[in-house]
Amino acid sequence: MLLNLTLWLPAAGFAALLFLPRGKDSAVRWTGLIVALATLALSLGLVGGIPSGEAGDRFVTDLPWIPSPAIRYHIGLDGISLWLVLLSTLLTPLSILISWKYIQHRVKEFYAFLLLLEFGLTGVFVARDLFLFYVFWEVSLVPMYFLVGIWGHERRIYAAVKFFLYTMAGSVLMLAAIIYLYNRTGTFDYGEILDALWAGRVALNRIEQMALFLAFFAAFAIKVPLFPLHTWLPDAHVEAPSAGSVMLASVMLKMGTYGLLRFCLPLFPQASRECAPWIVVLAIVGIIYGALVAMVQPNMKKLVAYTSVSHLGFVVLGIFSFTQLGADGAVYQMLNHGISTGALFVLVGFLYERRHSLEIKDYGGVATAAPFLSAVFLITSLASIGLPMLNNFVGEYLVLQGAAQVKFTWSVFAAIGVILSACYMLWLYQRVFYGETPEEVRARVRDLEPREWAVVIPLVALMVWMGTYTQTFLPKVSAANRQILQSASYSRQIQVRNAAPAEVADAR
Amino acid sequence: MPASLFPPAVEILRVLPEIILTLSGTLIMVLEPLTGERPKTFLGFTALAALVAAMFASALAFAQPGEAFSGMVVVDGFATFFRLVVLGAGVLTVLSSYQFLTREGANTGEYYALVLFSVAGQSVMVSAHELIMIFIGLEISSIATYVLAGFLRDDQRANESAVKYFLLGSFATAFVLYGIAWVYGATGSTELTAIRAAFAAPQAGVPVAALASVAAALMFVGFGFKVSGAPFQIWAPDVYQGAPSPVSAFLSAGPKAAAFAVFLRVFTTGFAPIGHRWEPLVWISALLSMTIGNFAALTQTNLKRMLAYSSIAHAGYVLVAVTARSDVGTAAAMFYLAAYVLMNIGAFAVVTHFSRRGERYQNIEDLAGLGATQPLTAALFAIFLLSLIGVPLTAGFFGKFYIFKAALGSDLVVLTVLGLLNSAVGAYYYLRVLVVMYMREPGEAAAGVPPLAGGLRATLVLASAGTLALGIFPTAVLDFARYAARMAR
Repeated sequence: MLLNLTLWLPAAGFAALLFLPRGKDSAVRWTGLIVALATLALSLGLVGGIPSGEAGDRFVTDLPWIPSPAIRYHIGLDGISLWLVLLSTLLTPLSILISWKYIQHRVKEFYAFLLLLEFGLTGVFVARDLFLFYVFWEVSLVPMYFLVGIWGHERRIYAAVKFFLYTMAGSVLMLAAIIYLYNRTGTFDYGEILDALWAGRVALNRIEQMALFLAFFAAFAIKVPLFPLHTWLPDAHVEAPSAGSVMLASVMLKMGTYGLLRFCLPLFPQASRECAPWIVVLAIVGIIYGALVAMVQPNMKKLVAYTSVSHLGFVVLGIFSFTQLGADGAVYQMLNHGISTGALFVLVGFLYERRHSLEIKDYGGVATAAPFLSAVFLITSLASIGLPMLNNFVGEYLVLQGAAQVKFTWSVFAAIGVILSACYMLWLYQRVFYGETPEEVRARVRDLEPREWAVVIPLVALMVWMGTYTQTFLPKVSAANRQILQSASYSRQIQVRNAAPAEVADAR
Repeated sequence: MPASLFPPAVEILRVLPEIILTLSGTLIMVLEPLTGERPKTFLGFTALAALVAAMFASALAFAQPGEAFSGMVVVDGFATFFRLVVLGAGVLTVLSSYQFLTREGANTGEYYALVLFSVAGQSVMVSAHELIMIFIGLEISSIATYVLAGFLRDDQRANESAVKYFLLGSFATAFVLYGIAWVYGATGSTELTAIRAAFAAPQAGVPVAALASVAAALMFVGFGFKVSGAPFQIWAPDVYQGAPSPVSAFLSAGPKAAAFAVFLRVFTTGFAPIGHRWEPLVWISALLSMTIGNFAALTQTNLKRMLAYSSIAHAGYVLVAVTARSDVGTAAAMFYLAAYVLMNIGAFAVVTHFSRRGERYQNIEDLAGLGATQPLTAALFAIFLLSLIGVPLTAGFFGKFYIFKAALGSDLVVLTVLGLLNSAVGAYYYLRVLVVMYMREPGEAAAGVPPLAGGLRATLVLASAGTLALGIFPTAVLDFARYAARMAR
């Protein structure tokens, strides 16, 4: 019930906003904020319901939606979904707050779309029926398309259309694979499909498994985005309004990595393992390439966007290491990236609101003009680099160790990304916050105001909390990961066992 | 015997919808000169009432399903489903026409009568179980639509459209007729079940398979034209662009649905035994339709022309379902056509509303800023466009999903993948309309849009409600389609 409320409250807020009269901008903002905060409060209530160290879904609702083909409204929550849901319910109110003054044009639609986006994102993380999952997956696409396209910067339309088409091209292949699985197993219910595959009631041959894996993988890899499918990301991030960039980077990219972990590994364990070396190489290339490209960006938002390519590479590396540490690190890194990159986009947005430029060369000496803003930016940068005691360190460390268990060279190359991240972040910081203060910066850049403090405090607090006391988060994640990894290897044993009778027959 | 001179009441009941439509059409023709200069609003309402009454009559007839007139007409689930679809298309067309006709100074009773006759023809087509009846229905429907396409006599484009539609259309009908002749020659019958029996168990010495293949090919040409499937789609863009917008809406909905109904009935009943022979033909046609339609639509600047190409692409999706040659495929085609009628008439109704007198504004660019100047119209249009793209929670998505489910069920993996990639291509041109509507500053055209009122408002609200309802709760319609699909075997 609590999960249903968390899921549907934003949808109700969306509908409510649509029926508010035009022109009442203040009422719209407050309604949006109250709905988002109420959703956050509800979602916090979910934490207690997920026991540490125990896998399996809680808060399950399983109702028939369409009797035939059997599509169910089946939602549930485990340790991985929990934190990702919380990430989206946390960042939505923050996105509303950062847009408070920035969005002055078609205010009603803006907040309505933000709430619809929250609904879609939450839905993706809790859906336990493949059809339902696909519905939420696509539904989250539409509001983001409008957020980028209507309220973005100059090249917003190009970016919005590119974003939509890239995602759509990937997801239609996933749809084909989902339908194929349905035709084979007779159900969309994720648990039932897994049961059928494990018990050997439905056996996919090697080609089938590989084709289906690649179809799912295409959709997820575009969303992550995995090198070389990342080209939509810098455009979308740069052109989106701050709130759009935050939601896109922090939550939406996690749809891809979540999908890889949740669906690709357990459904197609053999194909996943066979492709893993290739995928890992792409991930590592992404880590280094993203970092190198970020280093030379003249535009702050684009720089942060490319760091996402790099950071998400770590997540994919962790997932495809097939180790407990790697998977835990991957999930932790999803959350970390959500918090710290989200915070970076928030802060860049603050700078843009003041100076109306995203070009690094237009800045300098912001530290003297706005010391608190600079301090927060520094903490966030350090977190993003992976400084111990801050959140990213934990995730990156776990991923690197997990990868090292499989192949030490993977870790070596991936670690280059960590070093490079220090280069680009510190260099960015130096150019923007130190040095001469140009007149325009001095005149326009004020320090944080209370509304902005309200946005950054929870984010910074989380960076420290997640960096120092992982016990709050990791045990719940580990349990869920253990189950996923188990299923990814268990079905391999089953297939070996299935092969046994044939040998016996031969022997006879 | 006197009893055989007059058919029993139940047989009359089984063709009651057609009787209502024809009589009402004639009544409107008679009333038209009598009203003289007075406003003709009530003629529109008469047509509307006739269509709604015919819907009830279809339901009533379905309460006692069975054959009528020695097997020429059959009232079964399949017929009833499509009767309701074409009648629904008629209702939406009449609703969306009233303002258009007043605006263009052409609000005469003939228009409504022609719509009723055309729908009557389609209703005959979908309930016919015999090739000659199918042909008669096709002709009744077509001749009325030829006139409708050129209804604005002073409009050059409309005239061009009508002439093209007439010439090519009659050519295509001739193919159907020739195909019927071959079937009759091969089997000695025009009744579909008898034809199937003859094809399934050929007599010795008669090259039935060859004859049947020729017949199937000929009829495929005719039906392919009527459903605007490639490679017989050339006429569609010109005709849709030139015809009055409400008529274009009607052409892309009613006649198309009826033609698909006949296509399904003839090919899955009569030609079922040679299914493996015509399947590759339809396979190619499906792929060509989707690809040509989608790629040609990418570059269009005229909204009506773009919707015309998109309708070719959508015909391709339905042909995918036909290629599946299964009950699921038939049901999927039926569901998709119902969905398509709603979303496409809705989209064309927006064009009707927006284009204004003389249809001045029908370029995509003209829509700039409609989202700001008329949010409701834009939002409803957005629903239709998202449904045409195939975004979940709309009828278009569920329809497409079900089509490709059927296709995969029949192991058409390649066609499915190509079809789905096609639908991603298609997303581009629909998105472009959304872009213009929502992401551009209002231009001169969008600033002066009249308020959305009356029949057009009703059309848009009904069609969008239907689009969402079929997308979120498809069960009722889907179950009926699945039940009805078995009748087409």
